[in-house]
Amino acid sequence: MVTLNVNGQTVQADVEPDTPLLWVLRDTLQLTGTKFGCGMSLCGACTVHLDGQAVRTCTLPVSAAVDGEIVTIESVGDSSVGEAVQQAWQRLDVVQCGYCQSGQIMSAVALLEENRTPSDEDIDNAMGGNVCRCATYVRIRAAIHAAAESLA
Amino acid sequence: MTRYIENASRRRFLKGSAGLTLALYFPWQMAAAAESSGSTEDGDSQAFEPNAFLRIDEDNKVTVIAKHLEMGQGTYTGLATIVAEELDADWSQVQVESAPADASRYNNLHWGPNQGTGGSSAIANSWQQLREAGATARAMLVAAAAQQWEVSAAEIVVESGVVKHEASGNEASLGELARAAAELPVPDEVTLKEPANFTLIGRHIQRQDSPDKTTGQAMFTQDIHLPDMLTAVVAHPPRFGARLSSFDDAEARQVKGVVEVVEIPSGVAVLAKDTWSARQGREALSIEWDESGAFTLGTEEIFERYRELAESAGTVAEQRGDADAVLAETEHTLEAAYDLPYLAHAAMEPLNCVIQLSEEGCEVWNGDQMQTYDQSVLAELFDLSPEQVRINTLYAGGSFGRRAAKGADYIVEAAHIVKAIDGRVPVKLVWLREDDMRAGNYRPLFHHRLWAGLDEQGQLVAWRHRLVGQSVAEGSPFEAMIQDGIDPTSVEGASNLPYAIANFQVELHTPSDIGVPVQWWRSVGSSHTAFSTECFIDELASEAEKDPVAWRLEMLADHPRHAGVLELAAERAGWGQPLADADDEGALRGRGVAVHESFNSWVAQVAEVTVQSNGNVRVDRVVCAVDCGIAVNPDVVKAQVEGSIGFALTAALYGEIRLTEGRVEQSNFHDYQPLRIGAMPAIEVHIVTSVEAPSGIGEPPVPPLAPAVTNAIFAATGKRIRRLPIADQLAS
Repeated sequence: MVTLNVNGQTVQADVEPDTPLLWVLRDTLQLTGTKFGCGMSLCGACTVHLDGQAVRTCTLPVSAAVDGEIVTIESVGDSSVGEAVQQAWQRLDVVQCGYCQSGQIMSAVALLEENRTPSDEDIDNAMGGNVCRCATYVRIRAAIHAAAESLA
Repeated sequence: MTRYIENASRRRFLKGSAGLTLALYFPWQMAAAAESSGSTEDGDSQAFEPNAFLRIDEDNKVTVIAKHLEMGQGTYTGLATIVAEELDADWSQVQVESAPADASRYNNLHWGPNQGTGGSSAIANSWQQLREAGATARAMLVAAAAQQWEVSAAEIVVESGVVKHEASGNEASLGELARAAAELPVPDEVTLKEPANFTLIGRHIQRQDSPDKTTGQAMFTQDIHLPDMLTAVVAHPPRFGARLSSFDDAEARQVKGVVEVVEIPSGVAVLAKDTWSARQGREALSIEWDESGAFTLGTEEIFERYRELAESAGTVAEQRGDADAVLAETEHTLEAAYDLPYLAHAAMEPLNCVIQLSEEGCEVWNGDQMQTYDQSVLAELFDLSPEQVRINTLYAGGSFGRRAAKGADYIVEAAHIVKAIDGRVPVKLVWLREDDMRAGNYRPLFHHRLWAGLDEQGQLVAWRHRLVGQSVAEGSPFEAMIQDGIDPTSVEGASNLPYAIANFQVELHTPSDIGVPVQWWRSVGSSHTAFSTECFIDELASEAEKDPVAWRLEMLADHPRHAGVLELAAERAGWGQPLADADDEGALRGRGVAVHESFNSWVAQVAEVTVQSNGNVRVDRVVCAVDCGIAVNPDVVKAQVEGSIGFALTAALYGEIRLTEGRVEQSNFHDYQPLRIGAMPAIEVHIVTSVEAPSGIGEPPVPPLAPAVTNAIFAATGKRIRRLPIADQLAS
């Protein structure tokens, strides 16, 4: 049994300590907004925030997350940056299939929490681990700039 | 209440409402009501449902029933726009719901009696049907208002969801008139709007699915949780055609969470209470495979065989004049060969499927792309009638053709697992990325060989094109399209080459002894034919010392829509004007062009590339002109162009599934690289203004990208790329 702080709530899960956090969120807690894409930290679909940092949950053992604050796509909109990013994403209609977009948004929010005026190069570096097979990258970039402007 | 609890309860509500929707839409319940009058019982309130595509509730919600799978292409938005336009609804009151699997109402009009999504046909086949659906509802609402207000229907207007009679000052919302409209007969004929009066079509309106997909609430197959459901992960054979010999599951059964291990025709399935336990269980299996019947050739051996085949004439797919004779007597000829690899679709959501058996039949939750076919396959497997196979079509996390699965491979696998446990509990089959990458149903590997002759004025007088590759239609529900040994999808884009060439011949070899399962991949045949034809035309232009754009235009006099997009893209790209120098020392820059029609849409692209001194290729900018008839949602069209370019660039730069002794080398995104944000070019999209009926946009922008890029590489470096992917071919 592990105890986690997820989206401001203390929850318990009866899982092995080496279970990746992704599957605890998705299968045990049924927070399915966080997605499975590759299982090897190659695509970023599983990105959440652990103590404000973007982490890939598909390879992160749940035991490494027990002392931290976990924020997922389901509650990231509670923060001003999270809300600004989600709104920019909607205004620019970034999504296509949408499957990677939870992870994209979590990475974008983590970037903007650190850097309110990211350059294109900053965006390339922060978002390079998030794959979108629909290739919505033009709009991801535009939406991050738009969110940054709305937060200024 | 905390945020977390709110979210959890919302999820429960979502699941509950999904169930309610289903209950409402069992085809056998709905068909009769929809045919005779415009009413249907919707729980406590009466909804107005004049046809299969539309429901208006008394709370003023307009629900459009989408018969097509939303896999990212924006079809929910496009379909709803067409209905809302003719209904004169306000976009904010419109929502979309997935249609049940019921070909009697929801067949793709381009696919005969079959429901399904593909071939960039969703908007094209729905255009007239949904305009009529919207207009019918509008006419009934107006008639209801006229009755209530005792005025002439001709004096009533509908604007942004409000029905008004100016003289009497009466007005009502669509919802307020829904109950009365439901009592009226459905009119036989309706008048459609003049395009000049469109208020939604052609305008910028927001996507329907953006809110759910940006807040984690959109439901994909992967997200389905049913009571008592088990998750299955399957150990698959290491080669195509290999079979299970024996297995030992003692250790797998010791893994916490593992409930069952079963043998199925495609391998060994481990069922567990959660995905991770199922995966751990699979790791613990020990399996002997029988590879005696397995396919054991590698990629290079397949290419060798294909090159040999290309030495001899193939089955003629298209012929005019006498290309063989003219080539034999023409002095100035050119010959080239192009090779294209197997490609995986590699959608972000690995393939998966949920199936539950009950006394009534079988219920499926899936991002389902070919409902009628999948129903028939499952009906046969479970010994049910097709109507007893209920399919809940969910959002698909991409497809690119893969979920229109030949043999319904992953769906059948899920069904076999359910069968193996006697349908005791619902099963979610989950393919891990490696399963998805190695399962086959790839875009076929192709070898193209081309010959052409130029006369003394540099005019193209003869063209012979020989293709070698597996048929995707063979063994599929579309097999009947194969005529006289020609799968038209193998030669599409080649046999209908638009250029005016008097002596023209296209031949095809279709090897049937290659045991790699193949399938349509975004843009199907054009994904390889555009590359060989548009590269070869570029080579010939250079040989004839002609400008690649001007020369194409000379030969496109009879194809104005090809010419239209080509001229537009060239003009907007600044064709003929010098490119700015590269920033990096030793880097070379160039511009290349390609034009191609597929699925009745015409697309031209001009690519600007930089080739670094180490041979790395960067595509800096792509200018794209597209003619897809009326652009229902210009911003969705633009998004599809942007996405298609990124998707096609992935394939052009890195995409290859390679086989060694029959084993697929690639397994995940480290060795089957997707394009990442830093490599995405700047993209300009120009949509030709048109009054023609809308055609497809999900696939047509894919084909021209690779030839535009490799032609640009030639312009920069003088080197021809004749094999994809480009990879490190330019490394010195």
